[in-house]
Amino acid sequence: MMDGGKGFEDALTGEQKIRNFNINFGPQHPAAHGVLRLVLELDGEIVERCDPHIGLLHRGTEKLMESRTYLQNLPYFDRLDYVAPMNQEHAWCLAIEKLTGVEVPRRASLIRVLYSEIGRILNHLLNVTTQAMDVGALTPPLWGFEEREKLMVFYERACGARLHAAYFRPGGVHQDLPPELLDDIEAWSHEFPAVLDDIDGLLTENRIFKQRNADIGVVTEEDILNYGFSGVMVRGSGLAWDLRRAQPYECYDEFEFQIPVGKNGDCYDRYLVRMEEMRQSLSIIQQAIAKLRDCPGDVLARGKITPPSRSDMKTSMESLIHHFKLYTEGFHVPAGEVYAAVEAPKGEFGVYLVADGTNKPYRAKLRAPGYLHLQAMDHVAKGHQLADVAAIIGTMDVVFGEIDR
Amino acid sequence: MSEALNELGQHIELKRPNCVLAWDVTYGELNIDVAPSNLVEFVEYLKSDRNCQFSSLVDITGVDYPERAKRFDVVYHFLSMYQNQRIRLRVSIREDDMVPSIIDVHPSANWFEREVFDMFGILFSGHPDLRRILTDYGFRGYPLRKDFPTTGYTEVRYDEAQKRVVYEPVNLVQEYRQFDFMSPWDGANYILPGDEKQENT
Repeated sequence: MMDGGKGFEDALTGEQKIRNFNINFGPQHPAAHGVLRLVLELDGEIVERCDPHIGLLHRGTEKLMESRTYLQNLPYFDRLDYVAPMNQEHAWCLAIEKLTGVEVPRRASLIRVLYSEIGRILNHLLNVTTQAMDVGALTPPLWGFEEREKLMVFYERACGARLHAAYFRPGGVHQDLPPELLDDIEAWSHEFPAVLDDIDGLLTENRIFKQRNADIGVVTEEDILNYGFSGVMVRGSGLAWDLRRAQPYECYDEFEFQIPVGKNGDCYDRYLVRMEEMRQSLSIIQQAIAKLRDCPGDVLARGKITPPSRSDMKTSMESLIHHFKLYTEGFHVPAGEVYAAVEAPKGEFGVYLVADGTNKPYRAKLRAPGYLHLQAMDHVAKGHQLADVAAIIGTMDVVFGEIDR
Repeated sequence: MSEALNELGQHIELKRPNCVLAWDVTYGELNIDVAPSNLVEFVEYLKSDRNCQFSSLVDITGVDYPERAKRFDVVYHFLSMYQNQRIRLRVSIREDDMVPSIIDVHPSANWFEREVFDMFGILFSGHPDLRRILTDYGFRGYPLRKDFPTTGYTEVRYDEAQKRVVYEPVNLVQEYRQFDFMSPWDGANYILPGDEKQENT
C-alpha cells in the first residue's frame, strides 16, 4: 500500500489488478555500502525502476576547498574514497604539479606508484570480499580484512596514519621510506598470493557465488560510452582501457603489467578482473621496490611549493622564513585551469582545478568514478531480481565518501 | 601531445566554424569555447566525427565568476577512448540563461546536470528530471555560488523535546575564520588601519 493507492477497489473488479510495489532500500542497509537510499519499484520480485537518492554524506568538500590553501586541501582527498586514500591525493598533487610545472624526483615518483598500488589492493580486497558478503559468503571479508590490516600498517609506517594519510604532497611525498619498510612490504608481497589463492578457492568456483554473479548486471560497450563508465566497469566488458597504460602519468610507463579484461561484462567477470588486478599490482609493487633500492635521493622537489630540508632550516634564515610562509600562507599556484586524472581503483578519478594565482583554489571539482557508476543503477538493475540489486551495488564499487563529496 | 591537440583543434574549427568561438591548447589540454545555442549540435558532432569520437562524457561542472556579466562557466570534459584524447568545452552564460541539456547525446549527463543545478542554480532546458541531488531534501540556495557563505544558513539538530530533527538558523559562537596571510607590504588588497587618512595629505 505504499504506492499511494486507496482502499481495496481493485479487489472488487473481476480481474485482479496488480500494482507495483515501492520499497526503500537503505539508507541503513548493510548491502548499501554506506548511506545509499534506493527507491525501488518492484513488480513482484523484478525491479522495474530504481531511483538512487544520494547526498546523505554530502559534506561540501568543494566549497570548503575554496577557502583553504592548496596544502590544507590535501587531507580532504583522503576522506573521499576512504578505502584507497592515497590514490585520490595523487590526482590533487598531479593537478598542482601540472600548473606549477614542478618535476617530481624519481624516488618520490616510485614511492607514489608503490603506494598507489597498495591502495589498489586495499580497495579491491575490500570490494571483492564485501561483495561476496552481500551475496551470502561470510568468511572472505574476515580473511580480506586481515590483509587490509597489514597494508594499513604499511600506510602507518610511511606516514603515521592508517587511513587519512596526507602522504603525497605537491612536489613529491612527505617523507622517505625506511629500508626496513621496503623489506617488509616485499616480504608481504610474497606471502599475499597464498591468501589471494585462498579467497580464490572460496569464491571463484563456488556454486552459490557463481549463481549470484554470473550474467547479473551485464554491461555492454554501448552502456560504457552512454553512462561514462571507467575502471573495472569498462575492463570487465572486454575493453582494455586503463589510464596507467593509455595516458601514463607518474612513471607507470616503465613498469610491466598486464591489463586484465573480462568477456561478458557481468558481475562475475568484474570479480575476476579485480582478482587479477591485485596480482598485477603485486608485480608492480615488487618492481617498484626493486627500483627504489637502486634509487636513493630526495623525495621532494625542493622549491617554492615544498618545505626546505630540516638542516637548512636550522642554519639558514631564508629557509626558516620559507618554511613559515609555506605553512601559514601556503604556496601560490599560477592562474589557469587543468584537469588531472588518475586510474584510481574504482575508475577514473579526476580533479578539475581552476586557479586564480592566489594561495587558494578558485574552484576545484572532484570527478568521482562511482558517481557515474551509480547513476547507471537504474539502467543496469532494471529487469533484475531484488536480490541482484545487492550484488550489482557491490560490484559497482560505490563508496559514498567520493560520490557525495 | 600538444601538436596532435593543435591539429585536432584546427580540424574541429574547420569543420564547425560556427560553433567554435575560440580555442586554445594550454597545459597540454584542448579548450574550446562554445555558445550555448550550438552546444547540443557540437557535442553530437564531437561524438560522431571519425577524428574526434569523444564518446565518453567525463564531467560537467560550473564555475562562478560573480564579477562578470556572463556570470557562470559551464565546463564539459569529454574523453575519447578510441583516439585517446581529451577535450574541454566552456560555455559562458548569464545568471538567468538556460543551457540546453545534452542528455539525449550523453545519458550520463543526467546527474551531472542535476548537480550543477543543485550547486549553482543553472537551469538545463530539456532535462527530464531536474531535481536537487546532493543537498538535503528541501534545501534552499545554491552552495557553490561565491555569494553563498561556507557556513550555510541553517543547521540541524535532534530536538529531545519534540522528538525530531529540527532546522534552525546557523548560530556561530565565533565568526568563521578566514585567515589572511598576505604580507601587508605586498599583495594585501585592503587598506591597513590608519592608511585611510593618507588621501588627505
